[in-house]
Amino acid sequence: MDVMRTGTLSTSGTYTPQRNWYALVGWLFLLVYLAYITSLFDLDFDRFISGLDNGSKFLGRMFPPNFTRYELLMEGLFESLQIGVIATFLGVLISLPMGFLAARNLMPPWVTWCARGVIVLCRSFHPVIVAILFVKAVGFGALAGVMALTVASVGFIAKLFAESIEEISLKQIEAVRATGASFPNVILIGVFPQVMGRFTGFISYQLDSNLRNSTMVGLVGAGGIGGTLFAAFQRFDYDFVSAILISIIAVILAGEGVNNIMRRIYR
Amino acid sequence: MIIPGSSLEERQWTRFTPLERIFRYAFYVVICSAIVVSLRTIEVIPEFLFDAPAQMVDMLDRMWPPDASYYPETIHDALVETIHIATVGTILAVVLAIPIGVMVAENVTPYKPLNWLARFLLVSSRSINSLVWALLFVAVFGPGPLAGSLAIAFRSIGFVGKLFGEALEEANHSTIEALQATGASKFSIMYMGYWPQVLPTFWSILLFRWDINIRESAVLGLVGAGGIGVALSTALELFYWDRVCMVLISMLVVVAAVELVVTQIRKRII
Repeated sequence: MDVMRTGTLSTSGTYTPQRNWYALVGWLFLLVYLAYITSLFDLDFDRFISGLDNGSKFLGRMFPPNFTRYELLMEGLFESLQIGVIATFLGVLISLPMGFLAARNLMPPWVTWCARGVIVLCRSFHPVIVAILFVKAVGFGALAGVMALTVASVGFIAKLFAESIEEISLKQIEAVRATGASFPNVILIGVFPQVMGRFTGFISYQLDSNLRNSTMVGLVGAGGIGGTLFAAFQRFDYDFVSAILISIIAVILAGEGVNNIMRRIYR
Repeated sequence: MIIPGSSLEERQWTRFTPLERIFRYAFYVVICSAIVVSLRTIEVIPEFLFDAPAQMVDMLDRMWPPDASYYPETIHDALVETIHIATVGTILAVVLAIPIGVMVAENVTPYKPLNWLARFLLVSSRSINSLVWALLFVAVFGPGPLAGSLAIAFRSIGFVGKLFGEALEEANHSTIEALQATGASKFSIMYMGYWPQVLPTFWSILLFRWDINIRESAVLGLVGAGGIGVALSTALELFYWDRVCMVLISMLVVVAAVELVVTQIRKRII
């Protein structure tokens, strides 16, 4: 990137920057693209104004939030939390061996290639799309959500596990091996302590992300508060929608708080 | 921590204070009980679980072979629309996030209330999932790619603004001081002092978010916000699993291609 600015400084002290042709072409291209998009997306001023009008009506109907059906709300939220926690737990259980299998410094190439292929496949689809497939396979309900988020967790944590295992110091492994330790012992005594700190960081991050996503998989019928949210949207119960959204945000913020405490304890 | 003794040999060294140890054990207990409670109370219908492998095989059977004729008639246009949604959303997010990022950086904006306001905006943008943003914008602007772009934009503001603000806070102060010493105006300090320093980070944030947005915009169609998700949900609702498979394959190809493009651009410019 052209970070350095070049130009000429005249004797009278005025600085004339050199024209940056790349930037100029970039701006032109951006303008043309945006003009093309406005026509493609059928954007015009009237639609924008009527949209703002709709928006104000919509916001008016969202407030005040309606918490009268709090039992339904709590039930959905609790299920979302269950999905998030179980999916993280299962994801970590599967990711630990997967991470070791995918680490290039511990395993032969053919093993790491297979493991990496599985990990990439797990990561390539949005959790909601994976949830659709599991809803077909195991029916509506929390189980599909758990499986979908487990897949997403494996895609993320196993990759990071493998990367941090690849960065460990091999001297300690060699020292443990020199004592005649077996392979499981090498893993347990040589590798594990070196990566444990980073693992807890990844796990707490993934728990956070799973809690966020567990409120969404319900949109496709995979359990949790998302189903309630979507139903409320379709029935135009916008005051209930805002109540649900406020509770989701509260849960996510609480989760972030717990995460911060956890990070402080396991520094 | 050191537990003192009369001589050096009798001293004991421990890694944690007793309070730290209590907290650690308490946290283990909390985690284990959360897992156990969740596992025991979650509603799983056992018949569904035993049935899963058979259903899975059935689904794969229906998916294969993928219906290639669906690509030219529907998927292609929807894919292009998805890429447009992600791109426009990212551009819009950057335009909206730069002022918020400037506001959140404490060294650029030394006013606490403004910092807090900006931080609140960023957190609320990130806490709401893009699907929920999409639901809201579909209700406001009607179904279509416009709602999708706005959803992507509003979801991305939090991410872009936070990282941009952090990059500004990490900027080297001596350059800024040198500019201040020449009597440069606020704008000149921004443009000649901070901007060149954060430019590489800016590009890498932009590319990273664009990559994420391509994936995210693929699902927005499930709630009617345009893009490939519309094709996916149509195929799903009609139980055309071979078409679903074709949609998934096309998504996979696009995601892989985008990742390739992003790594190439990153190598060239950063």
